[in-house]
Amino acid sequence: MAGIEVNALHKRYPDGTVAVDHVDLSIGDGELFVMLGPSGCGKTTTLRAIAGLERQTTGDIRIGDTLVNDLPPAERDIAMVFQFYALYPHLRTRDNLAFPLRAEGLPKAEVRERVEEAARLMRLGPLLDRRPRQLSGGEQQRVALARALVRRPRAFLMDEPLTNLDAELRADMRTEIKHLQGELGATMVYVTHDQVEAMSLGHRIAILNKGRVEQIGTPLEVYDRPASLFCAAFIGSPPMNLIEVEVADGKLRGQGGLVLTPPPGLPRDARLVAGVRPEALEVTEPGADGTVPARVVSAEWLGDEIIYVVDHGGERDVRVRMPPTVRFAADAKVGLRHTGGTPAVYDVRTEELVA
Amino acid sequence: MAVSVDEAVSTGPARDHSPPARRLGGRGRSGLEVALLIVLAVVMLFPVLWMIETSIKENRDVYAIPAKFFDFRVTLEHYRDVFVAPDGGRSALSVSFLNSAVVAGVSTVLATVLGVPAAWAYSRFAVKAKKDQLFFILSTRFMPPVVVVIPIFLMYRQVGLIDSKLGLILIYAAFNVPFTIWMMKGFVDEVPAEYEDAAMLDGYTRLQAFWKFTLPLLVPGIAATAVFALIFSWNEFVFAIFLTSSDDVRTAPPAIAGLIGGTTTDWGLVAAASVVFALPVLVFAYLVRKHLIAGVTLGAVRR
Ligand SMILES: Nc1ncnc2c1ncn2[C@@H]1O[C@H](COP(=O)(O)OP(=O)(O)O)[C@@H](O)[C@H]1O
Ligand SMILES: [Mg+2]
Repeated sequence: MAGIEVNALHKRYPDGTVAVDHVDLSIGDGELFVMLGPSGCGKTTTLRAIAGLERQTTGDIRIGDTLVNDLPPAERDIAMVFQFYALYPHLRTRDNLAFPLRAEGLPKAEVRERVEEAARLMRLGPLLDRRPRQLSGGEQQRVALARALVRRPRAFLMDEPLTNLDAELRADMRTEIKHLQGELGATMVYVTHDQVEAMSLGHRIAILNKGRVEQIGTPLEVYDRPASLFCAAFIGSPPMNLIEVEVADGKLRGQGGLVLTPPPGLPRDARLVAGVRPEALEVTEPGADGTVPARVVSAEWLGDEIIYVVDHGGERDVRVRMPPTVRFAADAKVGLRHTGGTPAVYDVRTEELVA
Repeated sequence: MAVSVDEAVSTGPARDHSPPARRLGGRGRSGLEVALLIVLAVVMLFPVLWMIETSIKENRDVYAIPAKFFDFRVTLEHYRDVFVAPDGGRSALSVSFLNSAVVAGVSTVLATVLGVPAAWAYSRFAVKAKKDQLFFILSTRFMPPVVVVIPIFLMYRQVGLIDSKLGLILIYAAFNVPFTIWMMKGFVDEVPAEYEDAAMLDGYTRLQAFWKFTLPLLVPGIAATAVFALIFSWNEFVFAIFLTSSDDVRTAPPAIAGLIGGTTTDWGLVAAASVVFALPVLVFAYLVRKHLIAGVTLGAVRR
């Protein structure tokens, strides 16, 4: 296994599209690193550049201590799992797994042994003699993972490997991949546009937008303090409430009378927006201590929680996450208060976190 | 969801979703349709039937007036004459059939060997002015062969390719390469590039990846394309009659045409030669019919 360093990566396609503007990544040995971003932000291009399937316009890529800019994919010793599984359709599972090993010219006995080991890890026993066409989506995905495993590469690259599976299977496979990665201590770069997947899998997450890295951090850091308004709007479901605030009397005051504790080090003379998670707000009986009057616009019942959309006289309605025991009808008069700690505060002009 | 080429090619029974009433337009229209189809079938098939019939009639019956449809004497002597000369040696016609086979076969192989990798390259790589290049390639097929036959005749005379099989092979290949590139590009586009990506990560070079993974998936497409190219070369008449003259080189279409004219025409021989000429194409098209259908429908498969 080996770490991966990406320095000032820039990729411009021949048709002029700048897919990756500027990306720096430092991925540790044995780390499960997630690249998260909306469709078209350059995730796949970055991954393909690391794999050597695409030549970057400028920038350096290192795998372990080796500068791999000029190495063909075959010499980078990396395995990649594609969104479209790319199992060879004319080969049985067994041969699909053995293929990369035969390409390396390993002796037959070792090939058999490694195929069996990978098949055991991914529980493919009964599927070994089937062709891809005879496998379900989930099974194909497991075979694709196993094929990545057999080579014992220095790192795994995964490009949205679970997108084609249904929700339940996706959750199972997520657990499986995480478990596997931990067991093997593998370096893994995992690309997804699904923030839940990113949060649940990643040791660290890089959030990409328009070919640039917006933030790199642990899932907790990324969730608690999104580095920009883009990240704030991208992470969380529902995402953060962005509330325009002013500093007055040592407090952050939003429209409608909502009062928040200010973080230290706020700049003067800047228009500010506070990012408040739905769970950092509370809907109460009207007139309760420290609340502002508000009205329930709508309620979304999700079983284990309720998302209230509340109008408190501010610029925008806010979303509040409450346990299912707290029930208000639509249009009910309620109180709204902030219960979390100091919120993240952004400069409206730069769209970046200021405190 | 991905559809492998194998899947796309396997021909199940064709599903027809339109309800019977709409398809036939009611009983009245269906009767009219059937009548029209019968008329069409008769018009289309009569010459073929007449050709086959003439090829097995004795000469007396061939020239009989009024024409004999049913009560004629059957003979295979015309077929013998196609292959055997009066002196017992090989006939000129049989030599021309052999020439046709060689010229059509080699030119098709040549067009396929050149066209398939080119189609792959156009499909996979960012080529400068790709659209313009592809349009130029296609544009070489816009004109009918007869337009260029004189200049080609003059050029061939200069380089000594007149009246040679090589000359015909080259010109047919030149006409089939654009067609092959265009048709094969459609097939290559259908094969996901990830197969090659995966193979390259597995340790193969790009060319090996193409050879080992993409090419096997292209076989149905190659078969369909090659059949079309083969039929073009086999049937080609204009170049053949202008560019060849000797019996050793001449292909079947001008050779058969050469039987007509002079003082008398041996219609039995013409008919028999025509049947022999038509058979290989029919048989070949029948053998690869599955792939031909796939060639027409593959583009409709979504993934
Ligand atoms: N081969 C290509 N040629 C030109 N533009 C491309 C090519 N591949 C991707 N792009 C463009 O580059 C941008 C980033 O693409 P991609 O890396 O696939 O994004 P993501 O994987 O994050 O969805 C997109 O705008 C896409 O249209
Ligand atoms: Mg992508």
